Amino acid sequence: MKDKSVLILGATSSLARAVATLLACEGASLYLAGRDVFEVERIAADLAVRYRANVKWDAFEATEYGEHREFFDRVVAALGGLDIVVSSLGELGDQALAQTDFEHARRIMDSNYTAVASILAQAANYMEEQGKGLIVGISSVAGDRGRQSNYVYGSAKGACSLFLQGLRNRLSRRGVRVITVKPGFMDTKMTFGKQGMFLVASPEAAAGAIVRGMRGSGDVLYVPWFWRWIMLIIRLIPEPIFKRMKL
Amino acid sequence: MEATVSGWGRYPVVQTQLMRPEKVSALTAIVTAVEDAKLLARGAGRSYGDAALNARGYTVLTERLNRMLAFDSESGVLRCEAGVTLEEVLAVFLPRGWFPTVTPGTKFVTVGGLICCDVHGKNHHRDGSFSGCVKNVKMVLASGDEAECSPVANKDLFWATAGGMGLTGMVVEAEFALRRVESAYIRLRSIKSANLDETMALLEEHDAKYRYSVAWIDCLASKGSLGRSIVLLGDHATLNDLDGEQRRHPFRVKRKPQVSVPFDMPSALLNRYSMTCFNSLYYGRQFSKDAQSIVDYDSYFYPLDVILQWNRMYGQKGFVQYQCVIPPADSRKALIELLTRCSTSGRGSFLSVIKRFGEQQGLLSFPTPGYTITLDFPVKPGLWEFLNELDQIVLKYGGRVYLAKDARLSPDGLRQMYPELPRWLAVKAALDPDNLFSSSLAERLKLYPE
Repeated sequence: MKDKSVLILGATSSLARAVATLLACEGASLYLAGRDVFEVERIAADLAVRYRANVKWDAFEATEYGEHREFFDRVVAALGGLDIVVSSLGELGDQALAQTDFEHARRIMDSNYTAVASILAQAANYMEEQGKGLIVGISSVAGDRGRQSNYVYGSAKGACSLFLQGLRNRLSRRGVRVITVKPGFMDTKMTFGKQGMFLVASPEAAAGAIVRGMRGSGDVLYVPWFWRWIMLIIRLIPEPIFKRMKL
Repeated sequence: MEATVSGWGRYPVVQTQLMRPEKVSALTAIVTAVEDAKLLARGAGRSYGDAALNARGYTVLTERLNRMLAFDSESGVLRCEAGVTLEEVLAVFLPRGWFPTVTPGTKFVTVGGLICCDVHGKNHHRDGSFSGCVKNVKMVLASGDEAECSPVANKDLFWATAGGMGLTGMVVEAEFALRRVESAYIRLRSIKSANLDETMALLEEHDAKYRYSVAWIDCLASKGSLGRSIVLLGDHATLNDLDGEQRRHPFRVKRKPQVSVPFDMPSALLNRYSMTCFNSLYYGRQFSKDAQSIVDYDSYFYPLDVILQWNRMYGQKGFVQYQCVIPPADSRKALIELLTRCSTSGRGSFLSVIKRFGEQQGLLSFPTPGYTITLDFPVKPGLWEFLNELDQIVLKYGGRVYLAKDARLSPDGLRQMYPELPRWLAVKAALDPDNLFSSSLAERLKLYPE
């Protein structure tokens, strides 16, 4: 990843920070973007102090779609080109609240899907034009099957996964690679203290798997790898049975 | 999240509500969010007793607030968040020629912990405790306000916080100076002493000449050998001290394989005989009276860090580390009484060290001029009575015990040992009148305004 120019969207999430840390350590130039610019700046400072990394940062409002184009151009200008985009956008939200308050449900859908579609469209067009590039979209295993416990978030992540799949299909012969990352449970603020968590991975371990995946050639990356098989089993359960299960 | 936690000594064990903020704003929000509950920040959890425990209250883990914010490569001053560990500082800055000004015997400690326990190292006689290298501390107070303090500005808060066991507020970030070094190696001189008088004479003779000094003491030797030791003196090796491969790559140190103690050792294995045997072997390991060598910083400062979870050596019930300091006038008498008491009781300790301290810094900082001794004791029947006896010896000679290692001192004992306590309590009363910041240690020792 040495000398690669990387844009990281949603840079304050612990997974994004761990990915940025590994890339900075390998000598990549980074542009960190997130809503909470105070925190983004601290993460950028950390990478600059620890790895003497070339790090730029700025605020990014994921749902201000009208500004995405200009934002993207600014990033490309600041980095002098762009090789990789990592999107870690999205919030878990509160399923119970989303069932009664559609504004909350829409916020979950917007941050996990619409925003991703909008900003990655910019990246896709730019990379298609230059004939190379790598787009890493962090989706979720929650998007693999709708479940009562988080289907609003899951539906947005599912749409996000489909969008990335379509993008991959469109760009595969244009020299642009698209990776869909589907993390399972991770030890982040989303899950800290939540009941019913198992096989929880650290953000550092997950980031290691993602960066290895970026060097490899796969399309859909489950993180950690065993979630591929867990989700396969979950997807294979027939709907008449699945609909009665408590998941 | 409800969780069961303990300190490094694994005694006591308490239930607490854990929180783990990942943003500064989340940390400050906690102060205003909790009502009618006690709050305590916890770093790496390396204090031994109940200093980092908050039974029935909220424990705020700082591990994800570990961003390094700025480094001045002229002055060596690092600004970072409270959750940064010395291990991280060493990994980043030792290859650039910088070493922590003060380090305890483990690198698995956070900056917040170093400040709040005002930690000392093997160079206390020369460089003082950690607060001596701290330039600025940014905290969040009980009022929810942020405050900055340093040895020159807002001094009351600073000297109440350094050694204040996290009870004045939560450290958000700090600036502290690192020391320039030419290599990752230590020029070590180790001298064997036959008894306590010789040990003390050696330390007094050499302290002025070496940055680091400590004596490993065989606490189970008795009679004429009472206090026999290996005195370890050290300085940062300069390039001229090194040759060959070390000189070509002065900051390249081979990573040691880390091993882990995979289960709790049966406590029956820790008895008078096994400990005497271990201590004799350790003492006998060095043949010559006076030996010189070059060792890497890890083996010198952090010998136990390669054994992850070494605290399991003391069995499932845990252990207490008893560290006290005795003023110089009576150090010798007190050490003889303490060591005699240990060797007759048979409650020996694997590793026991003594060292001379310089001046005290924070209001509740542990180090004061005199000799300090550190002893480990597995929790076994009769231990509490035995440690109370040690307290009596320490009190008789005007000494004190270290709160970062304590799990059982009485409020009365504390009041006799720490004469600056009323001044500290006055600062606490002004800043935190409702006693928002508390800990199991603070509850036990009544470290709050009446």
